[in-house]
Amino acid sequence: MEILVCVKRVPSTGGRIVLTPDGQEIDTRYLGFTVSPHEECAVEEAVRIVEGQGGSSAVLTLGPIAAEEQLRDAMAVGIDRAILLETDGREFDPIATSAAIVETVRAQEAARGPFDLILFGNEAADTGDFQVGIRVAVALDRPVVTGIKSLALRDGAAFARREAAGGGWETYDVPLPAVVSVKEGLNLPRYPSVPGRLRAKRKEVERVQPAWSQNGSVKVGLRLPEEDGARVEILGRGPEAASSVVDLLVRIGVIAS
Amino acid sequence: MSGVLVFVEHAAGVADRLSREALVLADSLAASAGGSVEAVLFGSDAAEAVSALGAQGVATAHVVEDGRLEAYAPAAWGAAIAELIDARSPAAVVAGGSDRGQEVLAHVAARTGRPLVTNVVAAIAGTPWRLTRQRWAGSLLEDAELRADVALLTVAPHVVAVDEDTAPATPAAPATPAAPATAVNRIAPRVEARDLVARVTGREAPVAGSISLTDAKVVVGGGRGVGSAEGFGELEELAGLLGGAVGGSRVVTSAGWRPHSDQIGQTGLRIAPDLYIACGISGAIQHIVGCKAAKRILAINTDPDSPIMAAADYAVIGDLHQVVPAISAEIRRRGGG
Ligand SMILES: Cc1cc2nc3c(=O)[nH]c(=O)nc-3n(C[C@H](O)[C@H](O)[C@H](O)COP(=O)(O)OP(=O)(O)OC[C@H]3O[C@@H](n4cnc5c(N)ncnc54)[C@H](O)[C@@H]3O)c2cc1C
Ligand SMILES: Nc1ncnc2c1ncn2[C@@H]1O[C@H](COP(=O)(O)O)[C@@H](O)[C@H]1O
Repeated sequence: MEILVCVKRVPSTGGRIVLTPDGQEIDTRYLGFTVSPHEECAVEEAVRIVEGQGGSSAVLTLGPIAAEEQLRDAMAVGIDRAILLETDGREFDPIATSAAIVETVRAQEAARGPFDLILFGNEAADTGDFQVGIRVAVALDRPVVTGIKSLALRDGAAFARREAAGGGWETYDVPLPAVVSVKEGLNLPRYPSVPGRLRAKRKEVERVQPAWSQNGSVKVGLRLPEEDGARVEILGRGPEAASSVVDLLVRIGVIAS
Repeated sequence: MSGVLVFVEHAAGVADRLSREALVLADSLAASAGGSVEAVLFGSDAAEAVSALGAQGVATAHVVEDGRLEAYAPAAWGAAIAELIDARSPAAVVAGGSDRGQEVLAHVAARTGRPLVTNVVAAIAGTPWRLTRQRWAGSLLEDAELRADVALLTVAPHVVAVDEDTAPATPAAPATPAAPATAVNRIAPRVEARDLVARVTGREAPVAGSISLTDAKVVVGGGRGVGSAEGFGELEELAGLLGGAVGGSRVVTSAGWRPHSDQIGQTGLRIAPDLYIACGISGAIQHIVGCKAAKRILAINTDPDSPIMAAADYAVIGDLHQVVPAISAEIRRRGGG
């Protein structure tokens, strides 16, 4: 199996988001970076498929040069090679992002043969556009299934399940080559080993310069949602607070008096 | 047509909650864009679901009648909507923020080469359209301008208020006398085999039994502070006494202490109980977006400065391994449970 995984570098925002003074970006000066948990599961799945069925895996990201960190993280858990679509830090919209990914996929496939499977996260952690995987699939004329939490490849097809709206599951089976976008819960990603990290550090990262474009939706600015401003009421400290907690439970009707 | 076309999902002859949210937003858009609201429905029972749409302001409902489109097939459903766009020239196409709403509109956008703005919370039609949408699952808002011949939008879940009174109690309930009837237009879109390759081929029913996290009135959530899978026994006990369910943070599911299906937050479940008891959870924004719809939040945490305090209504400062069993004991002492 030849597998490509697409991941996006995003800041690890913790307890609260701080914006830059111009309101255009998240202030990332004191933050680390990561990828969406959905994408971590996509990476893990690619590694498992290649471990089980042979072949090779590649990881791709479109982002600033610092996004090499996320590519190396993926190689540290077993992805074979990495491709950076290097930007100058400007935000690419979903149309520009998918166009750049499609162009790279075509070039890669012309040089090395087709990918059987291209994996995406269901939505990016930051912008949450819910569309890059579908745009790539439509441009490549490949079937696409999204929101997948269980996946099996056999007999040249992908068998995939996603949670149905009213509970339970719905199943899809699509012939390969296919595009699959996944959700966290698909698997439990492994942690990188120290040798894995060292190996990843030495690997080459292939570089591509994608074209930036703006296509319809333009960001004016970012802002934090209004908070309700209510202050927390401290019911007490330690186990002695149990009595006031139960008083509260009675007062709000969670338990009968 | 100008006006707004809404992709309406439905079950058992009733429009889904998220689709009703889309209809509410569409109504206000039609007011600013001009024209009326039309709906497009797929699948069996679509005709029943139409009967209540008049009260939601829908003038015309396009009902897709083609056996091949009965089962969910995102690309084919997207193709059908793309064809309707050509036929009706709406100013906007709107869908609810469900898995299918996001997916079908992304197909429409991809095949017609148009931008798609997802998780919109407010919109004003114009040149350009002025939109506010969610980023980071709602922890951050983006103001944007959209230039497009047709605005393709999905509506962020649970932001737009729906008037529950206009929702029909039963599919058979007649539209209120005051509500104008919705005209039904049966359509048979062109369907290409390639658009039917990815489609739902099977279903598995939900496992019956335990209280689901999304329905529970009380949820007891555990985070890193719980310390181990065994540590959740104390939370299970409290949840049991309160008739509630147990959930957790991502730290807890990543560590394998709980299954991922128990995860609350951006990449897990969104819950809306009457009471959420957050034990040993720091309150990262990605966790909070999953529980902020709770009516009340009680935090139990050793750290009075942890960010959860900004989201909580009530707090106990202390070690959850002492506080939680003490609460359970107190409930028992007073004769509950
Ligand atoms: C894109 C993205 C998506 C994410 N999605 C999710 C998601 O869906 N859900 C989610 O939960 N997280 C999610 N996260 C992770 C999130 O950022 C936090 O890392 C996570 O929520 C922290 O979990 P925690 O509160 O259990 O652990 P910590 O942040 O480590 O907090 C532990 C807390 O327990 C307290 N504590 C410790 N011991 C005790 C004790 N004995 N008694 C009482 N209190 C104690 C500490 O004071 C601290 O406040 C996501 C992250 C990213 C980047
Ligand atoms: N800049 C990027 N680089 C690589 N992959 C991306 C990028 N942006 C989005 N993706 C992929 O597309 C998925 C959906 O993103 P989105 O449509 O932006 O929500 C993500 O989970 C990633 O797998």
